Amino acid sequence: MSKGDLERYNSFSRRAFILGGLHLAGFGILTGRLLHLQVSRQDYFATLADENRISMKYLQAGRGQIVDRFGVPLAVNEQDFRAFLIPEQSPDLEETFRKVREYIPLSLKDEERVLRDIKSKRAFMPVMLRDGLNWEQVARISVNLPDLPGVSIDEGRMRAYPLAEATAHLIGYVGLVAPAELTDEPIMGLPGFRIGKTGIEKYFDKELRGKAGTSRIEINAVGREVREISSIPGKDGDRVGLTLDAELQIYCQSRLAQEKSASAVIMDAVNGQIYAMCSTPSFDPNNFTRGISAEQWEELLSSPAAPLTNKAVSGQYPPGSTFKMVTALAAFKSGLVKADHRVHCPGYMEIGRDKFHCWSRGGHGSVDIIQALAQSCDVYFYDIARQVGIDKIAEMARRLGLGEKHNIELPGETPGLVPDKNWKLGHFGKKWQLGETVVSAIGQGYIQTTPLQLAVMLARIVNGGRAVKPTLLHTLGTEVMPQPEFKSLGISPHHLELVKKGMANVVNHQKGTAHASRIEDKAFQMGGKTGTAQVRRITAKQRAEGVKNEDLPWKQRHHALFTAFAPLKKPRYVCAVVVEHGVSGSGTAAPLARDLMLKTKERDPAS
Amino acid sequence: MLIIITGLIGVVALYSAAGGNTEPWAMRHGIRFGAGLCGMLVAALIDIRWWLRLSYPFYIASILLLIAVEVKGHIGMGAQRWIDLGVIKLQPSEFMKIGVVMALARFFHGASLEDVKHPLFLVRPLALVALPAALVLVQPDLGTALMITAVAGAIFFLAGVSYWMFGVVIAGVLAALPVMWHFLHDYQKNRILVFLDPERDPLGAGYHILQSKIALGSGGIGGKGFLKGTQSHLNFLPEKQTDFIFTLMAEEWGLIGAAVLFTIFVLTILYGFLIARASHNQYGRLIASGITVNFALYVFINIAMVTGLIPVVGVPLPMISNGGSAMLAVLFGFGLILSVGIHRDVKLARKV
Repeated sequence: MSKGDLERYNSFSRRAFILGGLHLAGFGILTGRLLHLQVSRQDYFATLADENRISMKYLQAGRGQIVDRFGVPLAVNEQDFRAFLIPEQSPDLEETFRKVREYIPLSLKDEERVLRDIKSKRAFMPVMLRDGLNWEQVARISVNLPDLPGVSIDEGRMRAYPLAEATAHLIGYVGLVAPAELTDEPIMGLPGFRIGKTGIEKYFDKELRGKAGTSRIEINAVGREVREISSIPGKDGDRVGLTLDAELQIYCQSRLAQEKSASAVIMDAVNGQIYAMCSTPSFDPNNFTRGISAEQWEELLSSPAAPLTNKAVSGQYPPGSTFKMVTALAAFKSGLVKADHRVHCPGYMEIGRDKFHCWSRGGHGSVDIIQALAQSCDVYFYDIARQVGIDKIAEMARRLGLGEKHNIELPGETPGLVPDKNWKLGHFGKKWQLGETVVSAIGQGYIQTTPLQLAVMLARIVNGGRAVKPTLLHTLGTEVMPQPEFKSLGISPHHLELVKKGMANVVNHQKGTAHASRIEDKAFQMGGKTGTAQVRRITAKQRAEGVKNEDLPWKQRHHALFTAFAPLKKPRYVCAVVVEHGVSGSGTAAPLARDLMLKTKERDPAS
Repeated sequence: MLIIITGLIGVVALYSAAGGNTEPWAMRHGIRFGAGLCGMLVAALIDIRWWLRLSYPFYIASILLLIAVEVKGHIGMGAQRWIDLGVIKLQPSEFMKIGVVMALARFFHGASLEDVKHPLFLVRPLALVALPAALVLVQPDLGTALMITAVAGAIFFLAGVSYWMFGVVIAGVLAALPVMWHFLHDYQKNRILVFLDPERDPLGAGYHILQSKIALGSGGIGGKGFLKGTQSHLNFLPEKQTDFIFTLMAEEWGLIGAAVLFTIFVLTILYGFLIARASHNQYGRLIASGITVNFALYVFINIAMVTGLIPVVGVPLPMISNGGSAMLAVLFGFGLILSVGIHRDVKLARKV
């Protein structure tokens, strides 16, 4: 080796050594880095890795059934077939739509919604084409699936109401969660999750809803599910058993539907259980679960007969003569009026310069409480009310359950109104007038009651003066509601017997105002009280001309009311009927109440 | 032997990258590896004198290929780097790295230590480096350009260029850094910014490195087991078959697997330097060490990149990453090293 070469070799060796050392240093750094990442921070990154790949999915829980007292389903979850489309599996959407349209109806609106959904979701997430498919449609799609890339049939649950119109106001319906109703409950986040919007569905929504299950799923970087790691099944909602008798309810609804606008409550006078509660006109809640059209909705909203309102709990009406028992019981209880008090009715009563008419122009002659109730003599009640005063009447009215909410298991209950001196002073800043007491005595003027309150009032009178509370809830889940003990209202049994006798004669005495609607069956004779509530004061001129109420426009006609109880001997069932603008309690409401009572007897839900 | 093990590790890793499938990567990788191995043996058996003579022609051929890429190249992933030869897509810049090493080795072989000490003497070899570096830079491929420069620097160093000259160059580069910043492409600037602060863009440019660190870190010491890497198989890890293959391996095999791989790499590098030292001619020494440095740089940069030590620059892990040209070039390089080893006793005249 030449000198130059040796020198060069030595230089190279030296420098190669340095470079080799640098390499080793480099590997040292890399090893250190790996130690840091894989050992020191392993836990940290392992957590991150799991967060990366594990996602929680909530599983739908079955909504609880709603049934009547005998287990007849009122709200169920029906099998519902839906057609889905997985966009990424369909190479040509237009073509797929065209083919799908051959087998199932697919409106332009449906297609718009589908296209919108496709845009907002990932391409592998199924989008619903259409729900509510019938068997034939399912079969047609299924057979042609090879021809429909990306289309699949899935089975879901759809809330359905077998009794449709008959229970619409009571059961209510479910609908998609509105932004304002959102809570942080995970179940709310489920796609297509529906909650109770009205009625029992709303009142017991929490119980019916159940709890969402959870499923831990492994997802990849784009969010596609790879596999399920573990899952906790959801808990189905509780079954809600109502005190209702479905058949009685159906009958009640169909009977009421003969009127333009009416409501009725059939209740147990002893335990407060409601056997039927109807309001007409009604609507089909099944249309709501599937999404109601704007036109249908507009029509329901604008109808003067308010089909969406449950008038049995939220309709407020002057009770008319059905209030007369209250006036009597208040007068007797005060001691200012003896129970055997008699009044001569010449057809009117003069108080100061005002003349207050009895509904009977010719007058009733001399009447006692029994006759006064049976013939609905207004003058008798003018007389005793004048003696006892409005405050005592109001006190008795409240005692009997008027002017207050009964917290029944329904949303939208209204309290009604029982006026007294303080109320008027507070409300109008004016002193109470004697004339107003007289008008109030026969259930006119300021006083407002709901059909439910009327039923409660009558129940408290005929059950021996116990403070019965109305209820719709029979069983919740597996728990049977206890039968509460209702305390006495402190009303003399003798007085109660007197008004009961009067009410018995309303129907069963020849001169009774509802004699035409009596029940012949001795074991199930009915008592009751008619009421005709003025909507608009009849002018003196009209009176002179003899204008008949039924000739007036519908909105100006009187409300027709009837409160009934049966059987006479040991009252169990009470019924309150209000026919809006039904003209006459005896002519319209009493026959209706009789029919309902007869059906109740046939069903005998309390037995 | 070491090379074969490395290649087989690559096959296995790619098998996992495809989720337990020989397609689309592992099989082809294996075939390419076999072909490359044959090429390597041929290259090893060719006499070192031939290689010395072929150095400049090879360099010129590589330059021509680079120009061809520039004129009529295949554009992929935002850069013009490939020539489509029908059967394979050739990436000339991979061969350019070896071409530069060969040309420089050839050049310095003919130079005495005194020559090398002389600054003006270095103008020609610098030009040899600057031309390909510039061509690669316009592709644009900053990573490869820097690699070429770095390997060239190593050869200059080994050839005996004075220390002070390196000092001058390094100082010059540092001074020029702010100026160079302006010449970088936006995505390159972004990569560097993201490197400095990965959280800056966790779903964009920072995503790669963040996911890579998660996969690596969660692998731990023992790893998650073959085919059980959750991050890589659920596609959180991008480009797992190419640049981020090491991440996949480290996730599945853990620190232990990485250490084994490191050992193989270190031994390979050590072997390269030993061959270089054993060679009786300067050409062989420079070729063997230059290619070894090239290989080592690949490994460093790739692993430093996937572990978040340096910005993502797009350098594959030699022998293991999926990719044809790179592996063929590396194997060809090993062939040259082996040739140096086999013909270590050959004495070459300075002038040919």
